Amino acid sequence: MLSLIVFLHAAVQAGTPLLFATIGEIVTEKVGNLNLGVEGLMLMGAVGGFMAGYHSGSPLVAIIVAALTAMIGGWIYAFLTVTLRANQVVTGLAITILGTGISGFLGQSLVGEVLPKSFTNVFKPLSIPILNKIPFFGHVFFNQNLFVYLGFIAAILLTVYYKYTRLGLNAKAVGENPYAADANGIDVSRYKYAHILLGSALCGLGGAYLSLVYIPAWQENVTAGRGWIAVALVIFSMWHPSRAILGAFVFGGLDIVGFRLQELNISISQYLIDMLPYLVTILVLIFNSVRKDFVAGPKALSVSYFREER
Amino acid sequence: MFRISKRAEMKRTHQGLVRIAAILVSLVAMSGWIVAIGHNPLMVYKAMLDGCFGSTYRVLETIKYTIPLGLAALGVMLAFKMKFWNIGGEGQILMGAFAATYFALNFSDMPKTALLLLMMISAMIMGGLWSLIPAIFKVSFGTNETVFTLMLNYIALKYIIYLQYGPWKDPMAFGFPKIPNFSDNAILPKVFGLHIGWIILLLATVVVYVIFHHTKIGFEIAVIGESENTAKYAGMTVRRTVMKAVFLSGGLCGLVGMIQASAVSNTLTFELSSGIGYDAIIVAWLSNMNPMMVPLVAFLFAILSQGASFIQTAFQIPQSAAEIIQGMILIFALSAEFFIRYKLSLVDRSAKGGQHA
Repeated sequence: MLSLIVFLHAAVQAGTPLLFATIGEIVTEKVGNLNLGVEGLMLMGAVGGFMAGYHSGSPLVAIIVAALTAMIGGWIYAFLTVTLRANQVVTGLAITILGTGISGFLGQSLVGEVLPKSFTNVFKPLSIPILNKIPFFGHVFFNQNLFVYLGFIAAILLTVYYKYTRLGLNAKAVGENPYAADANGIDVSRYKYAHILLGSALCGLGGAYLSLVYIPAWQENVTAGRGWIAVALVIFSMWHPSRAILGAFVFGGLDIVGFRLQELNISISQYLIDMLPYLVTILVLIFNSVRKDFVAGPKALSVSYFREER
Repeated sequence: MFRISKRAEMKRTHQGLVRIAAILVSLVAMSGWIVAIGHNPLMVYKAMLDGCFGSTYRVLETIKYTIPLGLAALGVMLAFKMKFWNIGGEGQILMGAFAATYFALNFSDMPKTALLLLMMISAMIMGGLWSLIPAIFKVSFGTNETVFTLMLNYIALKYIIYLQYGPWKDPMAFGFPKIPNFSDNAILPKVFGLHIGWIILLLATVVVYVIFHHTKIGFEIAVIGESENTAKYAGMTVRRTVMKAVFLSGGLCGLVGMIQASAVSNTLTFELSSGIGYDAIIVAWLSNMNPMMVPLVAFLFAILSQGASFIQTAFQIPQSAAEIIQGMILIFALSAEFFIRYKLSLVDRSAKGGQHA
């Protein structure tokens, strides 16, 4: 029982970068833009945040720079797909290639470097009084670091945003039917830009969590495919930010299950266990596409909007 | 301000000019960036070209990299033309190499030609099957193929690592994790100092061109790419066409794996592909889905990659600079599409107001 609690506690931490990236991609897809550049945006956030943190020593600066770096990538994506109406799939791939390159390039001199002490202090576990006394779940969810809580809060805020605010409802309308939204006086391009930028910033924070808190040292290609898993998790959570929390933590668990099994002296090759997250992602994809009540996401997803085609 | 309107189809030569302009613009943008990191762009470009063409050996190396890139791009194109986003080239290459290696290691005493053919066919089938899995789910349930093919890349990679560190590890390699080298029988012969992969690439280019322009399946692929509904109304069996074309797509990538394992690394390693499956997507896209363009574009790309690894040693510019450049070229090429499809015209607001008055 105790070891299960420890495992789940670790799973929440491993799942946090996935949570940020997943809700980031949800925000992007809700306005009708499929951004396959999540992996690249995460890497940009990871390297931007790490560089800023390494040089400034300030966690706040690191987080802000991480979000901004990823937003540069997000802006390129938005300019290409919204203004120039380029193919979203290929543009996303371009962003991934670019982001991987940028992180490799900037990170070259940082490999193996460690962040200043201020980071471990700021991101040490903070217990939330009362809530952390809940049996079992108290330790799992409420004995975490600041960044993890930030993820919970972001997911919950987004849920509220899409359910109850005018802006959120308008954003959904843009993703469902941009022509109708436009006719209702919603500035489609502006909504798309704003949400793509917000989504990229969240993806960047997901990457920054890896380089600033989870590892916390610089290593090449720190995301290792998590950005792609996030794209799948969007489908898993059926475009609901709150459901992304569950998905992210399940996959966080899969991410670390290998180490735990080794500790239990179960002799399966590490390399085969490493396949698990990817295998389960595929199973989730299949499961979701087979089920009858499955919502296929925003109706205008990955279709460019051109007013004159109305 | 500006008014955007759709253009009637642009002339082919003009399209070509716009694309060339895009590449030039990205070269200029790159130069700015090279200056920013403190080098002279002309020197860097010169060194890159030197790294690709400075000696016969280097020219051969550049072509050697063109072969897998071009073949994989042709493979990817077969799927992309239907808007089936196969980004699983990487995994299909590895699985093809895996099948070829199985025969190379276990049937090494077969006659050379028979063994090589067996390796090629098995690699194509294995690569094809690996891509067929997502295709079957796509046509049956609409399962997202982009993420599916990508996840299969990681699974293939982990599997090859597992083989290399586990069951297939060479017991004679003093504990070093490598798979045994192929016997001479399993290595592709050379023509003009270069393994016959280049002939395979040229053949495959023609074959894919013929498929696209002179066969029923090629026509169906094009129609499905334009609109799946049109294809259905026209009475095409979309399901079967998609599966066939994706099988071919993965098959070509599988063949790449066989060529790389046999002729380049002489064994199977998990680093065998190292991104070819992804670069192939860019090559396919920059070729504008035209197979005849692929060898040329792949060659230009090979120059970029070879050049980048050369300037790494010459200027201490990290290899990842190549990725940035590739990403930038792709971004500019994507932007160029806009000017091919749409027309920008200046709208004089005051004149418009005058009409109403």
